[in-house]
Amino acid sequence: MSTYFGKRIPRNEDPRLLTGQALFVDDVQLPDLAHVAFYRSPYAHARILSIDVSAALARPGVIGCYTAQDLGDYWSPGPLLVSPPPTIERKIFHQRTQVPLAKDKVRHVGEPVVMVVAESRYIAEDALDDIWVDFEPLGVVVDLEQALQTDAPLIHEDLPSNMGAQVIQEKGNYETAKAQAAVIIARRIVYDRGPSVAMENRGVVAQWDSRTQRLTVWDSTQAPVFIRGGLAAMLGLSESQVRVVAPFIGGGFGPKIMMFYPEEVLLPWLAIRLKRPVKWIEDRQENFYATTQERSQIHHCELALTQDGKILGLRDEFLHDGGAYMPYGLTVPLNSQANSLGGYIIPNYYSEFKAVFTNRTIVTPYRGAGRQHGTFVIERLLDHAARELGIDKAEIRRRNFIQPEQFPFNNEIIFQDFAPLMFDSGNYEPVLDKALEMIEYERFYREIQPQARAEGRKLGLGVVFYIEGTGIGPYEGARVQVEASGKVSVATGIGTQGQGHFTSFAQIVADQVGVRPQDVMMVTGDTDQFHWGAGTFASRGAVVAGNAIHAAAQDVRQKILHHAGEVLEAAPDALEIVAGQVRVQSDPTRSISLGKLAQRANPMRGAVEPGTVPGLESTNYFGPRYGATAFGAHAMIVEVDEATLQLKIHKYVVVHDCGKVINPLILDGQIHGGVAQGIGNAFYEQLHMDENGQLLNASFMDFLIPTALDVPHLEMAHTETPSPLNPLGVKGAGEAGAIPVGALFAQALEDALGLEINEIPISPQKLFELTATAEALA
Amino acid sequence: MITFTTTINGKSYTRTVEARLLLSDFLRHECGLTGTHVGCEQGACGACTILLDGQAVRSCLMFAVQAEGHAITTVEGLSDDPKNLHPLQQAFRDEHALQCGFCTPGILMSMVPFLAENPTPDEATIREALSGNYCRCTGYQHIVCAIQRAAGVKPKNAHPE
Repeated sequence: MSTYFGKRIPRNEDPRLLTGQALFVDDVQLPDLAHVAFYRSPYAHARILSIDVSAALARPGVIGCYTAQDLGDYWSPGPLLVSPPPTIERKIFHQRTQVPLAKDKVRHVGEPVVMVVAESRYIAEDALDDIWVDFEPLGVVVDLEQALQTDAPLIHEDLPSNMGAQVIQEKGNYETAKAQAAVIIARRIVYDRGPSVAMENRGVVAQWDSRTQRLTVWDSTQAPVFIRGGLAAMLGLSESQVRVVAPFIGGGFGPKIMMFYPEEVLLPWLAIRLKRPVKWIEDRQENFYATTQERSQIHHCELALTQDGKILGLRDEFLHDGGAYMPYGLTVPLNSQANSLGGYIIPNYYSEFKAVFTNRTIVTPYRGAGRQHGTFVIERLLDHAARELGIDKAEIRRRNFIQPEQFPFNNEIIFQDFAPLMFDSGNYEPVLDKALEMIEYERFYREIQPQARAEGRKLGLGVVFYIEGTGIGPYEGARVQVEASGKVSVATGIGTQGQGHFTSFAQIVADQVGVRPQDVMMVTGDTDQFHWGAGTFASRGAVVAGNAIHAAAQDVRQKILHHAGEVLEAAPDALEIVAGQVRVQSDPTRSISLGKLAQRANPMRGAVEPGTVPGLESTNYFGPRYGATAFGAHAMIVEVDEATLQLKIHKYVVVHDCGKVINPLILDGQIHGGVAQGIGNAFYEQLHMDENGQLLNASFMDFLIPTALDVPHLEMAHTETPSPLNPLGVKGAGEAGAIPVGALFAQALEDALGLEINEIPISPQKLFELTATAEALA
Repeated sequence: MITFTTTINGKSYTRTVEARLLLSDFLRHECGLTGTHVGCEQGACGACTILLDGQAVRSCLMFAVQAEGHAITTVEGLSDDPKNLHPLQQAFRDEHALQCGFCTPGILMSMVPFLAENPTPDEATIREALSGNYCRCTGYQHIVCAIQRAAGVKPKNAHPE
């Protein structure tokens, strides 16, 4: 019964977005709205000796200035969002979370120190220049390896070192495996930082209505339900007094699930205090410092293999940059630890990481969330092994793949969701084969590359494989209701940042309830409408919320059939629902509309059977035992200009498997966007920071994200290996596109230039340095 | 404070504002035309692009008072009715050329004059024209398709209808 599931349907949300009628946080306008700006630390590490806001307060139009002292008991470090998995035994974790306004000292550039509220944003920003803070600069830690040296300045002075966490996970015995190996491939691998650069910066609007005693917060968050619960607790309000709305969000990519940003804590407090609505909208420069980032890791890794390229074991020791605080626990490095196993049988594994505090912006998950590092490690090591052993690079992957009959496959380590790292289903070889076919692998090495070389052109091919753990718990929920109009309303707790939830979820409901997707009205991310669930992250919306919606819609279907059976005097299983009408299959003239049934299920007068539940409505939930694992292969042919070391991508193919596909059009879009972000991360985007912890390129004038000229036309293919873990058989797809791109670029550029690449991002400059080094060694 | 008059989407506005008020802020917060979005305030991302006398300009790089005597078109001027889309808006929907939709109004307003000057552009020309607008969600491929569709050119990866 899938009229709409699996169909390429244009999106329900588009008309509002295309006509400028969609509400984003900065579009919220309220009478008497006051505006907030933040004085942020210009130092990466400094003691605050004194703060003088008197000149700011004297400026006409300034309403108030607030420091940490002014917050009184409200000042508190933020909550730990994700505790380290209790199921991991060998771990150390020092909880240090961000604070709403810096007290005593600042730990990264951009940390908020003073909150200014004024009649306009212009005046609030003017007042920032009136504020005088006396800082005593301290030694700065920006380098991961230096952070752990004994003489490094301490970022959290009550800790013995800058090590925030240490985790060891192990399966089998790597040292024994190593002793039997024919070849050991050992490398130092570096993956540097990047910001997510959502086009919409963050924002918060807060309104306290003293007559209804209710707080409303519009927040660019990916997790409105938790923001509501947290705010209620912090402010001493009942949860029912707090409404958090995540309206249309201009891109999330992970950093908008970080909680609680200082601004999210401060604006609601200020609105209640002032009895005035207040707004803060982050500007682009603030975004470079104050919105969380990701990615710096340094790996020392080695792969032990037999002569015929079978992996015996992997050892990986790495440093992970947590930034100045670690509110998100260990999700990112745990993902790296998981993805280093790739889709391969690795019988012996030793992985140890240290998460390090640095004087840099806080690190929390950003699309891929540590997965690309792990993928980079294993894919790079396999490439080097293939070369060393004289085995074809596609073939060495094929020899090590987990085989279809081995699923569910237990990797025997713990994943970020505290559950064992199990791969639910997979069939890897056809995906690799399809990518090789689409990129014309054999022809490239037989004809194209030799010919190009003969002409003096530098052409290279890359082909890599990746897995993506998606759709983790704990759970999501949804309420589905057939309204008296015959249309259907659906509410779920997760927020939406462009994933097409208004359409893909509507398709799921439409199939069950017998209406068209455009007759399904979705509400996401409004806690007055639905207040259970965790949020949009970890590629889990379609899997977890999608299946909750499916379950609720199935319930509603049963209710519809039960009520209609009474009216039409037929058995429920003799009925069908077509175009909003319930009818008897054998006699379609006997029918009733969904709208009439909905009215009948909510009578205004008369008696009902005791125990009757009104309405054609159901609320249901879904929580998987563990995540569903998607997978795929990317392949690319790239040409490097020898003079400029700029590159041109001649062909880029993606073969992806995320189980059953709800809407292929939306899925293609997700992959395209992921790849574009991956390309940025691999070749264009790097945060350049000096030794004082100052970003040197914190603007769109200096920091390049890929434009339409930099992202190639992608050729896509899909295979479908359903997940056995949920009734829809779906797996997540949000992050997949971004995961293997670094590994792909490294391999393809190596192939083109004949050098070795063990770091991301690369750039023309980096290629120049590597080429010069290679030539010097030659 | 300066009093000035400008025409926005065919309607005349006379307002008194601070000289430093950006046109983008004026449109959004004084006129309530919040379809114009602000992504960088440096003229780099293109989200705030509007038409000034038919030419695409960045509204974050102009002061509101500089619009004195000019005719402005914002995305709402293409169509502000979700049930009745402008052909370019419709092409964007048909090709799934937007995800979060934040950059979309700026891209639409850049592409309207582009298509007027280049009625049948090839892919390379479209990509060159698009390169002044950042999009972080789509990877641009479906945007290119949408512009081709609006121009009556068959998109490269035409979807089965």
